[in-house]
Amino acid sequence: MRVMAQMAMVMNLDKCIGCHTCSVTCKQAWTNRAGTEYVWFNNVETRPGQGYPRRYEDQDHWKGGWTLNKRGKLELRTGSRARRLLGIFASPVQPELADYYEPWTYDYRTLTEAPLGDDFPVARPKSLITGEDTKVTWSANWDDNLGGTSELGHLDPIVEKVRRESEEKIRFEFERTFMFYLPRICEHCLNPSCMASCPSGAIYKRSEDGIVLVDQDRCRGWRQCVTGCPYKKIYFNHRSGKAEKCTFCYPRVEVGLPTVCSETCVGRLRYLGLFLYDADAVTAAASTPDPQDLYEAQLGLMLDPSDPAVVAAARAGGIPDDWIDAARRSPVYALAKTYRVALPLHPEYRTMPMVWYVPPLSPVVDLLSSQGHDAEDRATLFGAIDALRIPVEYLAELFTAGRTATVTAVLRKLAAMRAYMRDVTLGRDPDPSIPASVGMTEESLYAMYRLMAIAKYDERYVIPTAHAEQAHDLEELGCSLDVEDGPGMYESGPFGEASGRPVPVAVETFQALKQRQTTDTPPGDLSGRVNLLNWDGNGRPEGLFPPRKDGAS
Amino acid sequence: MNAVLWGVLPYVMVVVLVAGSIWRYRYDKFGWTTRSSQLYESRLLRIGSPLFHFGILVVIVGHVGGLVIPESWTEAAGVSEGIYHVNALVFGGIAGACTLAGIAILIYRRRRTGPVFMATTANDKAMYVVLVAAIALGLWTTLVSVGAGSEAHDYRESVSPWFRSLFVLQPDVDSMAAAPVEFHVHTLVGMLLFAIWPFTRLVHAFTAPVHYLFRPYIVYRSRDAVPPAPGWTRSRR
Ligand code: SF4
Ligand code: SF4
Repeated sequence: MRVMAQMAMVMNLDKCIGCHTCSVTCKQAWTNRAGTEYVWFNNVETRPGQGYPRRYEDQDHWKGGWTLNKRGKLELRTGSRARRLLGIFASPVQPELADYYEPWTYDYRTLTEAPLGDDFPVARPKSLITGEDTKVTWSANWDDNLGGTSELGHLDPIVEKVRRESEEKIRFEFERTFMFYLPRICEHCLNPSCMASCPSGAIYKRSEDGIVLVDQDRCRGWRQCVTGCPYKKIYFNHRSGKAEKCTFCYPRVEVGLPTVCSETCVGRLRYLGLFLYDADAVTAAASTPDPQDLYEAQLGLMLDPSDPAVVAAARAGGIPDDWIDAARRSPVYALAKTYRVALPLHPEYRTMPMVWYVPPLSPVVDLLSSQGHDAEDRATLFGAIDALRIPVEYLAELFTAGRTATVTAVLRKLAAMRAYMRDVTLGRDPDPSIPASVGMTEESLYAMYRLMAIAKYDERYVIPTAHAEQAHDLEELGCSLDVEDGPGMYESGPFGEASGRPVPVAVETFQALKQRQTTDTPPGDLSGRVNLLNWDGNGRPEGLFPPRKDGAS
Repeated sequence: MNAVLWGVLPYVMVVVLVAGSIWRYRYDKFGWTTRSSQLYESRLLRIGSPLFHFGILVVIVGHVGGLVIPESWTEAAGVSEGIYHVNALVFGGIAGACTLAGIAILIYRRRRTGPVFMATTANDKAMYVVLVAAIALGLWTTLVSVGAGSEAHDYRESVSPWFRSLFVLQPDVDSMAAAPVEFHVHTLVGMLLFAIWPFTRLVHAFTAPVHYLFRPYIVYRSRDAVPPAPGWTRSRR
């Protein structure tokens, strides 16, 4: 047993209101640069929907993730290493910009500079790729809130699959359909296929906290990782020619702060915490023959941090005591393993994803209440969970490779919690048969309710800080997305875009800001990105400039 | 003149190539990439790029074979001069033509696809000129060596001994000087290509990921022991 620690996230989908705050703040913090216009480390998909990039879940086409080969051994879906090397000169299945969307801005200057006249000036959309006029035809969330679903809904690969299997049409009529939001980030997998497909070995998993990063100095732009990741959470920066991905906000996490998406989440539905897992058992677990058993196999990797044998092995593996303690208090462990309500997204990709989801009960509740039923009654809820096959099958395709029993069990727990807590809130005698019907005690059901409904900041985010005595740099290492574009980000370096030594992000922000304020940048100009979170342009914030020669700051 | 061209220049080229590469690697790891434009356009790239790259790999193998292995060895192995050259013409010619066709497609694509053209730097353009010149002249020498135009020339009696003599630091200037002018030009352009190599996007070839075949799939890496740097210093790696 080799115990390692993994930073992980759980999202409670019932609470997501699809506001995209997480996406926007993440973008503002990390990908508001030239070359990453189309890059959304965090995106929120409306399901049913095609997702981002379009139909990324169709692995028959995109060839992401792992499969078992004929001998039952784990193999990348793109085949052997040699085969991938032979395909290196033109990646066979890499999404093109059209599969994402062509990012655009508007020609705002015509608004402010139009001469007085009878006609209203119009700000035309301009492509951020070519600088030319463009027609906006798709975006990162074009089918938001089921927009266009009556025409395009069948393009969702999961809808296709469920339809095939149940021979029943999922209806996209307004009253008959169901809908929920699925926020997605990189899964920081235990068995990442992006890493396995990287020819340069530039993608690595941090041994301390399991965060998966791209070493920007080692990435050579071979693009194999884009194909390798089944979640399509590696993006190609088309200006710097390097792969970029969600960093789990490691500079924040190292000092004990939650990721930006978690911190800003309006629904407060994200939980951050540690798992202890057995690194030696990962490959075996990922090789489980039946895809529907992968969820249990993955859960089996997660070790009980209260077990003395695990603690001893963790200590032996160099995990500090406060980390073991944090693992004991970990909300993600509680939701995934203790209560068993959080499920991994697409376990059948065999990457052992470490962002888990509490599936939404809302499709059931919404349908019940819209039809005038009591959506907080246990019997009604349980009956509906069993009767509403399509939503349950859809969720099962997302979270358990199609095993509906697992999803049903989770939904029943959520329903039981709802029914039980109604009695408590209304001051009635709580019904102990409700927790019993889902195999829980009153205490554990209440504790689960506390964690899911009212957990405070420090209960939702249990993040042990990085250890200085592990002798680690809290700044930026191998990865560092915060060093984009070359010296003077507005001209090409001598060897093309973004060559030369990286500039710290603070300096870059300064230059971008200055440029913004002192020039009237036409929309065709692709430069200029401002990180508004950082600075308003006034004064001399500390750390932004080197100290003056004369000593004044 | 000959002494400078064939006795001095090759060493200058090597020094520039080696020193330039080291310098670039230290100075510009972040810029060391293929700068792929597949995201913008992949239909033409999927034809042109493999054609070019596989072609050039065969060409490299051919060069090594022709320049490094002495004629006496192949003859001892029972391959006569004639057979050797027919082979060289067929394989070299096909590979060279593929390479040329590949790069023609790539350059056409580069010019005609708006975003790809926008991502093309002056450096790239200069590099393409040298690269295409080297390939085209190389094809020309292949033809010369089997007697297109004038009489056939066996470069394995002129260029190859010179090439080998460079490694023992006793450049055989005379045999190179005896080669036809096509070979001279091709060699000069080739040397120019290698001299500018470290300063162009061609550097990606030096980090061809052969080690991928041997490394473990999952890479664990610890946060390194680097003291925190203040915000304004350049990050050192
Ligand atoms: S989800 Fe993240 S860690 Fe997993 S394969 Fe994709 S990029 Fe890699
Ligand atoms: S901020 Fe929270 S509630 Fe809003 S879309 Fe993101 S995950 Fe959902």
